[in-house]
Amino acid sequence: MIPNLLAWLLRAIQFGTIIMFGSMGEILTEKSGNLNLGVPGIMYLGSFAGFASAYLYENHAENPVPFLCVVIALLCGFLASALGGLIYSFLTITLRANQNVTGLALTTFGMGVANFFGGYLLKGEVYTAAPVSNAAFSAKIPFLSDHLGLFGDAVFSYGFLAYTAILLAILLHVFLNKTRTGLNLRAVGENPATADAAGINVTKYKYLATVIGAGISGIGGLYYVLDYNNGIWATTGQVEALGWLAVALVIFTTWYPLNAIWGAYLFGMLYWLYNFLPKLIGITNIDRTSSLWQMIPYIVTILVLVGVSLRRKRESQPPASLGLAYFREER
Amino acid sequence: MNKAIEVGKSEHREPFLRIARRDGTSHGRKIGVRAASIVIALILDALFIVVVTGLNPLAVYAEIFKATFGTSLRFMWMLRDMAALLCIGVALAPAFKMRFWNIGAEGQVLMGGFATAMCMMFLGQKLPTPVLFLVMVIASLAAGALWSFFPAFFKANWNTNETLFTLMMNYVAIQIVAYATNILRGQASSLGTINMGSKIGWFPKLLGYDFTLNILIVAVLTVAMYIYLKYTKHGYEISVVGESEKTAKYAGIDVKRVTIRTLLLSGAICGLCGFIIVAGNKHTISTNTAGGDGFTAIIVAWLAKFNTFYMALISFLLVFLEKGAGQIASTYGLNEYIADIISGIILFCILGSEFFLNYRMIFRHKEEKGGGVK
Amino acid sequence: MEDAIRLVGITKTFGEIRANRDISLTIRRGEILSLLGENGSGKTTLMNILSGIYFPDAGQVFVGGREVTIASPKDAFDLGIGMIHQHFKLVDVFTAAENIILGLPGERRGRLDMKAVEEKVRRICDRYGFDIEPDQKVYEMTVSQKQTLEIVKVLYRGADILILDEPTAVLTPQETEKLFAVMREMKKDGRAVVIITHKLHEVLSVSDRVSILRKGEYIGTVDTKDATELSLTEMMVGKKVTLDIERPEPENRVKRIEVKNLNVMGPEGVPVLKDISFEAYGGEILGIAGISGCGQKELLEAVAGLTIPMAGSSVEYFPPDADKPEQLVGRSPREIKDMGVHLSFVPEDRLGMGLVASMGMADNMMLKSYEKGSSFFIEKKAPRELAEAVKDELAVVTPSVGYPVRRLSGGNVQKVLVGREIAAAPSVLMTAYAVRGLDIGTSYQIYHLLNEQKKKGVAVIYVGEDLDVLIDLCDRILVLCAGQVTGIVDGREATKEGIGLLMTKIARTDDGHRHLGHADTTETTEGGAAHE
Repeated sequence: MIPNLLAWLLRAIQFGTIIMFGSMGEILTEKSGNLNLGVPGIMYLGSFAGFASAYLYENHAENPVPFLCVVIALLCGFLASALGGLIYSFLTITLRANQNVTGLALTTFGMGVANFFGGYLLKGEVYTAAPVSNAAFSAKIPFLSDHLGLFGDAVFSYGFLAYTAILLAILLHVFLNKTRTGLNLRAVGENPATADAAGINVTKYKYLATVIGAGISGIGGLYYVLDYNNGIWATTGQVEALGWLAVALVIFTTWYPLNAIWGAYLFGMLYWLYNFLPKLIGITNIDRTSSLWQMIPYIVTILVLVGVSLRRKRESQPPASLGLAYFREER
Repeated sequence: MNKAIEVGKSEHREPFLRIARRDGTSHGRKIGVRAASIVIALILDALFIVVVTGLNPLAVYAEIFKATFGTSLRFMWMLRDMAALLCIGVALAPAFKMRFWNIGAEGQVLMGGFATAMCMMFLGQKLPTPVLFLVMVIASLAAGALWSFFPAFFKANWNTNETLFTLMMNYVAIQIVAYATNILRGQASSLGTINMGSKIGWFPKLLGYDFTLNILIVAVLTVAMYIYLKYTKHGYEISVVGESEKTAKYAGIDVKRVTIRTLLLSGAICGLCGFIIVAGNKHTISTNTAGGDGFTAIIVAWLAKFNTFYMALISFLLVFLEKGAGQIASTYGLNEYIADIISGIILFCILGSEFFLNYRMIFRHKEEKGGGVK
Repeated sequence: MEDAIRLVGITKTFGEIRANRDISLTIRRGEILSLLGENGSGKTTLMNILSGIYFPDAGQVFVGGREVTIASPKDAFDLGIGMIHQHFKLVDVFTAAENIILGLPGERRGRLDMKAVEEKVRRICDRYGFDIEPDQKVYEMTVSQKQTLEIVKVLYRGADILILDEPTAVLTPQETEKLFAVMREMKKDGRAVVIITHKLHEVLSVSDRVSILRKGEYIGTVDTKDATELSLTEMMVGKKVTLDIERPEPENRVKRIEVKNLNVMGPEGVPVLKDISFEAYGGEILGIAGISGCGQKELLEAVAGLTIPMAGSSVEYFPPDADKPEQLVGRSPREIKDMGVHLSFVPEDRLGMGLVASMGMADNMMLKSYEKGSSFFIEKKAPRELAEAVKDELAVVTPSVGYPVRRLSGGNVQKVLVGREIAAAPSVLMTAYAVRGLDIGTSYQIYHLLNEQKKKGVAVIYVGEDLDVLIDLCDRILVLCAGQVTGIVDGREATKEGIGLLMTKIARTDDGHRHLGHADTTETTEGGAAHE
């Protein structure tokens, strides 16, 4: 029973880490008033660029250094997704194109780019791997993970990105609520005209939040392929579904990054429920119903969405100008 | 824009570039800007092809052209796929015109297709063909409408964000279909073609093609929706609600009723599209039945500004490219995802070009930018 | 006195509209300058150029003698220019203090130090006698609190050139006096103060000089001591005008609407209308006065059937052709119309409520009548003819009846709306801020139309903000305060000060106000009681 529960928790936290990155990036983006539905595409870009760079380095260096694998993959993954965010920003902020439509186009584009170039890495195979990088990304915390018994297994046996995600959520919380820049950013998302009149450079804030946000989301995709998926790039990527789940998580958190921590793990538990719960309570052979269990996170998100609209609490609403373009000289 | 401002700040001079609202745009300009955006997209795509594959872009474009116009069968295939995309666009038109962001077409189509497939499987042997078709149509309409009803109901009553709600509903639908196919297929790896031998519940061959009926139904829907939006009382109500809910209430329009009615219509037509795809083309059901068309159609409907005839034009353009990309993928041994990249670039360019219709750029010394793009 | 700002040859266009044409003027330190002009004369545009919201097409700006470029609001702050916008620029979900420091560079490496902020806010409040709670959320504030917050915000930033855009539109006469006192204090501190307004008595009472704009052009500047209401109006309008509003004697007054114990709950769960009772008569104009947002809108919407009042409320309509009154409460606007009640309503938000902004005149004409007949299709011919008729009769300036009303000027938009409502041959006509934003000529055209309706026996309800107009136009004036009726006075005997007191009565008498409110109602409805 305990090992099962532990395995479930491990899987849930790893799974949660993917979407936590995705949704934190999107929270940052949405706080600036940009609803970026390109998250799945961006996560695809991050996962591909991260994998490809690590893979190429591994295969071309004589003795690949794990540390460099990590640095190169993170850098490339972040930059590629940030570039996706930049395309979105240029179209929606500078050219004031519709945000929903641009986001969806970006999802198509990002998926296309990742899988098209991914095809070159696969060279006709169904999958390919970057083992050195995978080892570097999924290395457990030495000593703590194997000298503290179950506790060590449950708390210290994840790759470093899982801890980074938690740290990032806390940092994001502090940034948004305790700093002037964070206050300014929230003002941009609530009421850009007011922010503008207060001397805040609305365009700059929107660009930076969206581009950096996209970079953070992309790390989620990178984590998926280099850690969660054991460093394997395959034709059957699930990144798109994960991207939408990250968007769902943003709603679930009601735009508070700290909620993303437990929310992400909860989504992870729900997602893997089908695999572990039946064994725990002694039912066998329920693989076929896995789809129904995996539906639960979406249903829960819908319930949260409805709940928030029913309660009408001012503080848990989406940023007021979410989805709208801003033009200073509007009359 | 901001860079420009900083340039101007150091000395007291006019910023290098400013942006001003454009008041009304001439017809010629609209066509010019759109055409220019497509030309630029094609150039960008060509550059991409050259850089990545080293192929001659002109030869590649010739291949793309052949993919649709090479043979009459290919042309009909293009029409068939265009019909599916256009049908969803038409379904979304009333919702979007009402400013209801129905991002849930993918799920609505899937549920319609699912209902159709279930009828074919379980009622196929039991009902006479005309009755079967009637049941299939009703079931698909109802399934699609059901899927749009929930977000519409909550939007109408509590102003629940419909963009996110409909988005989530897609995945609920996908999981339901995944579950059902899992159960139904038994040991097999896929559900397979339904009623393969008997062809029960398949569209009949018409004018020599299996899918003529698909095209005809969508053509009728396209015209009917145009008339519905432009010349009926319902269409007028939709415009008023879309413009301002306050105005609608003031005019005595029951906003809740119109919202729910319009979304039921939108979802039902999406469901019907699922019926067309399943009964008229794929004859099976899987989570891929809608194939992302539900998302692409959102872009189609938006770019066409709810005019169903423009939608036909844009659907054609996108399917033409998709077919072309498939063709070059097989001719040159590339992978088929090149289609997503090519259409992504085209969409970015068309989306960006709207700016040049709504705003004008003023460079220092009053030079005004003409009809160019980017 | 030292020149704070000099503007030379400022020009600004929006699409086809020339908002400012070659304007030059000077703002001095230690004085209050009124920028006077009709609505649409370009006052706000000009000041928005100074505050960095708009960028001029041509012209120069000198601050303290040096030529500057103001390309963003930040540039304006750096030059010490602060503007208090007519539509407040505040973030609703933020606190007062958060709004104040928005966009400012922080001490202590960007950390928010709310203590220091609150300290400084308090100092400013003490200096000018403001009352601001730094940690109060903006969405909990009243309009006048929000305005105070805007002023503190600008002072906090150290602005020494202050621009106030129509600051008195939302204030009572008493609050206006307080604001003027603050402005005089600022002047004493050596700051330059600009007040944008179209109200002549304010110009005369507060400013040292007046600069006048008309249709985007600069007309001239005069010292206030040399100016009179008439001379200013002439400069503002460009021709001699009579400022008297006609008020025909009511004839054949018949009771048309009787409101009893009307209670309405707002969306936040607080009552917005409390125990409202009054009567409206055919053949008279009933004015409604009050600080903005104290129930006027809700009252009209409740009568029109747009909101659902609480149980026990009653709105009775007395049809001209029957002797039994009809209850309107609990009926939708459509049901009210189907009952044969000809109720016309010109709402405050013209483009957002009264009209469909993107449609042309013709399509807007059928807004309330499109569903006539049993056909599934819409009938377009009659509305088109009506649109043509309204266009000719009220001289609406539009390229065609299919041209989107959004692109028409404010005055023409209002003519389309009023034209449609009057064309419906109403027996009750309710108008909210019918002349807001209109030039003097169009305003008088609207007064005339209302008077014509009155003479036809229509019960006209006129919600207004300009007390002078209310007193000149209306037969009776109902005063609202915080959702309650604090008095109904005879328009021929009312004074501005008296109405001003009624407008703030409830805020002042915390307990027993209900009693006072009722006493006044009975005392002053003698005009209404006379014809029962």
